[in-house]
Amino acid sequence: MQKLVLLGDEAIAQGAIDGGISGFYAYPGTPSTEVMEYAQRSKEAQQKGIKNTWSANEKTAMESALGMSYAGKRAMVQMKHVGLNVAADAFVNASITGVNGGLIVVSADDPSMHSSQNEQDSRFYGDFAMIPMLEPSNQQEAYDMAHVGFELSEKFNVPVLLRITTRLAHSRSGVKRMEQLEQLKGSLPKDPRQFVLLPAIARKNYKKLLNIQPALMEASENSKYNKYLDGNDKTIGIIACGIAYNYLMENFPNGCPYPIIKLSQYPIPKSYVERLYNDCDEILVLEDGYPIVEEKLRGFLNTGKTVNGRLNGKLPRDGELNPNLVAKSLGINIIEGNNSPEMVMGRPPSLCAGCGHRDMYNALNEAIKPYGEGRVFADIGCYTLGALAPFNAINSCVDMGASITMAIGAADAGLVPAVAVIGDSTFTHSGMTGLLDAVIRNSPITVIISDNSTTGMTGGQDSHALGRIPEICKGLGVDPEHIKIINPLKKYHEENTKIIADELAHHGVSVVIPQRECIQTAARRKRAARKN
Amino acid sequence: MKTDIILAGVGGQGILTIAACIGLAAVEKNLHLKQAEVHGMSQRGGDVQSHLRISDQEIFSDLIPKGHADIILSVEPMEALRYLPFLSKTGYVITNTVPFNNIPNYPDLDDLNKQIEALPNKIAINADKIAKDIGSSRSSNIVMLGAASSFLKIKIEDLENALHQMFDRKGEEIVNMNIKALHAGKDAAAELMK
Repeated sequence: MQKLVLLGDEAIAQGAIDGGISGFYAYPGTPSTEVMEYAQRSKEAQQKGIKNTWSANEKTAMESALGMSYAGKRAMVQMKHVGLNVAADAFVNASITGVNGGLIVVSADDPSMHSSQNEQDSRFYGDFAMIPMLEPSNQQEAYDMAHVGFELSEKFNVPVLLRITTRLAHSRSGVKRMEQLEQLKGSLPKDPRQFVLLPAIARKNYKKLLNIQPALMEASENSKYNKYLDGNDKTIGIIACGIAYNYLMENFPNGCPYPIIKLSQYPIPKSYVERLYNDCDEILVLEDGYPIVEEKLRGFLNTGKTVNGRLNGKLPRDGELNPNLVAKSLGINIIEGNNSPEMVMGRPPSLCAGCGHRDMYNALNEAIKPYGEGRVFADIGCYTLGALAPFNAINSCVDMGASITMAIGAADAGLVPAVAVIGDSTFTHSGMTGLLDAVIRNSPITVIISDNSTTGMTGGQDSHALGRIPEICKGLGVDPEHIKIINPLKKYHEENTKIIADELAHHGVSVVIPQRECIQTAARRKRAARKN
Repeated sequence: MKTDIILAGVGGQGILTIAACIGLAAVEKNLHLKQAEVHGMSQRGGDVQSHLRISDQEIFSDLIPKGHADIILSVEPMEALRYLPFLSKTGYVITNTVPFNNIPNYPDLDDLNKQIEALPNKIAINADKIAKDIGSSRSSNIVMLGAASSFLKIKIEDLENALHQMFDRKGEEIVNMNIKALHAGKDAAAELMK
């Protein structure tokens, strides 16, 4: 069979395509973006008519995927870990509705926060929703799990959570393909009220979910992705979750002497853990993310055998794992290279030369000076880099859409004027409802929607906001007199500064839209045009 | 046979093109490959690195352990030094000498060159100049690939084939330019190894 070299994200997309998927749903977010990008590039996906359009946000994506499942076809929704917070309402309730066509939820966690604002562990969500979870250790497993995950979902009538971390998402390796399955024909749920979560039905469905828990445990016990690998040295028993297995084996090129549970399907297979616990003097838990398995093993009182891991300092409490940290936790001495000399300076990311956000911040900084510092609430995107020198322009970055709503609260507290800075794609993701709040309250805030006509930070995906922002603002009730479109270029600096200053002085909701295409997207578009 | 390579540079300098070329050549030869990349936030002018591992045996970790890299291949001199903790005691630093200065506190160039000179195993070449001299100033990353080629345990012909695969759709001229850059880098490194 043909062998492909794929990123972990791409392996998931290819696995789903070969596993009979009918629709991908997602909002871009590092490190999950490449699943959808691959699905959009794939000729096979096009030939098979597989849906692959970005959604406005993770919640709408999750719900659309659930709708496809309702209609009896296989669907996948992909997001970064914090995206699962946005989708959580739909996600948790999807475990109560159950599925019709197989449904896989891919959540890509980012331990060490390479490109995120926290390192939350999606396995908590899987636990919370009481659904099966898959955590691949390599690209091949990522492919396989996406392929067979639909069947698992259909067998137990629940969504399946496929959890990966940055390192697997963005690392390439060879992947062998499995059989290519046809898409399902589509069918209505057998029980017409399955998806109607009225309390009486929800209670019945919830009981069903509770009742299948032993079967989910049995599936984990029999899963080919979970392995008990015995070893002669019983001083330590190791539980290695997902990609942590690789970091462990890297340290034992000739085989590991200790018994290992290679854990890639949850719930945690109980009989494996019982055996390891009974056979070994101490337990070591290796997991990339939060100490979830470790916490369960210790229990609240921690009165049993010693369980080593992130909670007792054998491994760092935060940050991603690597082969050296795992070696250290096992008392293996790796001789590291020399330290890098002190002259090596940090090279933080920065806004590109020529980026419109730069001109926006220059104008905003000047216009806001008379009011004093500490009143600019920003959002998630390239423009968050406005926090760094030379701009030092923003005072918050919390979650998608929080700029507008935090400005409302701060203005309520007397910080007037308050300013929100939000990108075009973030605005249609989660900013519109906040702007409606501002209109209803007539909050004295100025909302700057810095429109670069793309989803920039994640690599230039289509923005739902393209060409629609002024109309959306009008539709939400912003006074058209106070919707101003400006061109963020150096030569218009004075004019732009004055427009922003005037809107800051307005005691009500203003929207200023600096509009200039992302230079990266523009360059890509020009290159593509030249090729054609 | 196992080769662990840290590729280093600044976002946009083309280290992923180097990685892709080596990766293609390795896969054609049925070698195992793992290549971890950086996507997202740090691509915007920040430091970027890629861990590239090739072996005839199964490879476990996507990350190279510190102290294990056979080669640090860098398209920028300060970035070459950033990853020294990954380099094995017998490993080589192969770097471009032309700085990419986009920070206010970039080190003094003489000090930087002295640091590189003091490394026990290094090949430092002006890849930008070499690329310019052969009339292909945008191929300095491929010049660096050429400089590292004799350390890769992959034949130069296999790298050429990989360049064909990558650039054929852009036309013969681009392919030939890159192959020329590959050889120019190889020759420059050979000169230093004499």
